[in-house]
Amino acid sequence: MATPDQTVLQFFPLSTSLSAKVHPVVIFNICDCYVRRPHQAERVIGTLLGSISFDGVVQITNSYAVPHNDSLDQVALDIDYHHNMLLSHQKVNPKEVIVGWYSTGFGVSGGSALIHEFYSKEVQNPVHLTVDTGFKNGEASIKAFISVNLSLGEKQLAAQFQEIPLDLRMIEAERVGFDILKKTMVDKLPNDLEGMESTMERLLAVIDDVYKYVDNVVEGNIAPDNSIGRFISDTIASIPKISPAAFDKLINDTLQDHLLLLYLSSLTRTQLSLAEKLNTAAQIL
Amino acid sequence: MANAAPMTRSFLQVAATEEVASPLRVVQIEGLVILKIIKHCKEFSPALVTGQLLGLDVGSVLEVTNCFPFPIREEDEEIEADGANYQLEMMRCLREVNVDNNTVGWYQSTLLGSFQTVELIETFMNYQENIRRCVCIIYDPSRSNQGVLALKALKLSDSFMELYRSNNFSGEKLREKNLSWVDIFEEIPIKVSNSALISAFMTELEADTPVTQCDYDRLHLSTKPFMERNVEFLIECMDDLSMEQQKFQFYYRNLSRQQTQQQSWLQKRRAENIARKAAGEEPLPEEDSSNPIFKPVPEPSRLDSFLITNQISNYCNQINGVAGQSLNRLYLTKALHEN
Repeated sequence: MATPDQTVLQFFPLSTSLSAKVHPVVIFNICDCYVRRPHQAERVIGTLLGSISFDGVVQITNSYAVPHNDSLDQVALDIDYHHNMLLSHQKVNPKEVIVGWYSTGFGVSGGSALIHEFYSKEVQNPVHLTVDTGFKNGEASIKAFISVNLSLGEKQLAAQFQEIPLDLRMIEAERVGFDILKKTMVDKLPNDLEGMESTMERLLAVIDDVYKYVDNVVEGNIAPDNSIGRFISDTIASIPKISPAAFDKLINDTLQDHLLLLYLSSLTRTQLSLAEKLNTAAQIL
Repeated sequence: MANAAPMTRSFLQVAATEEVASPLRVVQIEGLVILKIIKHCKEFSPALVTGQLLGLDVGSVLEVTNCFPFPIREEDEEIEADGANYQLEMMRCLREVNVDNNTVGWYQSTLLGSFQTVELIETFMNYQENIRRCVCIIYDPSRSNQGVLALKALKLSDSFMELYRSNNFSGEKLREKNLSWVDIFEEIPIKVSNSALISAFMTELEADTPVTQCDYDRLHLSTKPFMERNVEFLIECMDDLSMEQQKFQFYYRNLSRQQTQQQSWLQKRRAENIARKAAGEEPLPEEDSSNPIFKPVPEPSRLDSFLITNQISNYCNQINGVAGQSLNRLYLTKALHEN
């Protein structure tokens, strides 16, 4: 019978509610470092910076590569470099602290435990992020691990890497636009109206899709799905019900406001060019 | 040996001819740099921050391949020296991981595009001293909330730099150079490049949803706060400009007053001379530099008014852009509502 003071084989910490959120800039940085890795190096290793919130979500917001030496059975990390870089980063943003480390490659490899131990001294329970730059399985796999200790009573036996849920915070990348980040070369940044145009096109496409779906359901081609139906009705209900007259007034007023602003700005511009002409002409006295 | 000498010389000659490089046409930025700049500027917004751009200068293209942020500047001198150390340290560290170790300019954040200041020009001149070709990238975090990637690459035009070095912004000089306020800054088109690896990752990781955050931002109906502040700034600038113009008016009034004084003095002198001639005396000189009315009135510099004009036209552009966007949106809403 297991009694509390009996030595038991257990994992520590038992279960974790840790999860990680990676910002796209980190992925970009890792990829860039990998592309620029030294000759003959097979992977890059680096430090992850970010913050840890109380509910156990690790925000990984920044990273830097640390030079290292991979030999057959050991890894030598340039610790001085790591500390220098950390100091520099902290000067800019003191809120970012070490949260873990990254390595390229698929999953955890042999030397990982050693490096992980080093980072455990820097921060409690570091996160280990692996980015598969080799596309081993034909897909981009990015994984986060934490180390779990296997101990027999007081005695530590081994450490095990346990995968934790990872969320890619793509909102930042979305703000910039995937069109820009996806291609290897973009000739021109979209301006206000071009961006608007593509957004409208997408909106139209989405509305079209909804129409098609509804039509299909009505005609009985597709089995109706209640949850989608509820979504659609929620969306339609979220449009405020305004009487046509009030709505017209609202739209027209705003239109007038904007037209006035446009008028004002053109007036200013005319004024500017006029002033310039006068200023240079006034010289001939 | 004899063969080698002409070879080296010709190589040197080649290098020398390369020196007269083609003008900068395109700034090619890595996606990584864009994300880094945005991250830094957003984190500290609304405080304005700066950072260094690293990259390569290849012919008419300036490649920006990496960047690092500067700590927020303090007035303390000791800390300033610290900042220089930081910069060197960072460059050294980045070189160790094979990042391009070549400064090509700097980036800075701005509030509603109010970046056209004398400080910017000074910083640019400082950079220009050391780097032949440099660029300033400006990012506006306030505009990105509307789904616009407000990124701009600027440089000072050559003719303006020449003029700035001589520090002479009189109207005559400007007319001679044919320089108007539009010619101070040159905007350089931005290209974005990504390594194949990043491109592959992004294609993999892109969410399947047809609507992105950017679309939500763009379709947001409320632009009032943005417009309000824009117009506010515009009005402030107009006030400044009218102040500058008053200065000029004052100057011209002084000038014309002085000229009439000079004329009358000259007439008096001439009449006197005629009288002296008639009396057989030596005529007095027609110019007298000791007389205070011949002292030239200093002309106020036109730099400030040029910069303000630039600023105003920038606000006008922004208002036009946003108004155009919201007009679109309004018609869209109308159409949706009617449907």
